[in-house]
Amino acid sequence: MSEEIKKKFLYVNRKAPYGTIYALESLEVVLIGAAFDQDVSLAFVDDGVYQLKKDQDTSLSEMKNFSPTYRALGDYDVNKLFVEKESLEARGLTLDDLMNLTYEDEDDDWAEKSSIHVITRSELAKLMEEQDVILSF
Amino acid sequence: MLHTVNKSPFEKNSLSTCLSFACQGSDVLLFEDGIYGALKGTQFESEVTEALKKCQIYVLEADLRTRGMRKENLIDGIKMVDYGGFVDLTVNNNTVQAWL
Repeated sequence: MSEEIKKKFLYVNRKAPYGTIYALESLEVVLIGAAFDQDVSLAFVDDGVYQLKKDQDTSLSEMKNFSPTYRALGDYDVNKLFVEKESLEARGLTLDDLMNLTYEDEDDDWAEKSSIHVITRSELAKLMEEQDVILSF
Repeated sequence: MLHTVNKSPFEKNSLSTCLSFACQGSDVLLFEDGIYGALKGTQFESEVTEALKKCQIYVLEADLRTRGMRKENLIDGIKMVDYGGFVDLTVNNNTVQAWL
């Protein structure tokens, strides 16, 4: 595996959770893809930022609450979650409204670090340019 | 009459069109991804606040809570209903217009 070329993968999430199946499907593909030891980043743009809203409670709707699964991403070395600042602002949201997602950095004595990075649209555009593969949901 | 909206206002213009059609005394129910239109702080807040002067707006609590929101996040004047309340709204209005 180490002989193989590592590619940069970006998963772009633009849909709200629950209303359509896109968010859940994206998460499943990310977890499957995590087995292939690639350089993975996730982007959350437009209504996609709602996927990371904290306090999701499906007890009344009796749907499957898949939001805790985002917490597992750090254990699969998926720890680059980029949230677009403009999308948060248009929705009256801040970083405090999102789940606290962390990972343990093995290169820094397993220090616990945040996986979520709020970046601007122009920064995200630059990040997209650097990718080898982009998967859109 | 009852208008229902189940799409995010950021994704489709269903909410805006619905609110411009809704007449004095109409009921509007926001559910599924439509609940995002009921929240404080979005770019649609003023449009919704204006509509509240002519019609009553409801939001389905189960879909609100599913998406991590609660009563405190709602624009003032919007009422929360449960599934039974959804049924009551459909029964109490002669017609239902679903803005998909």
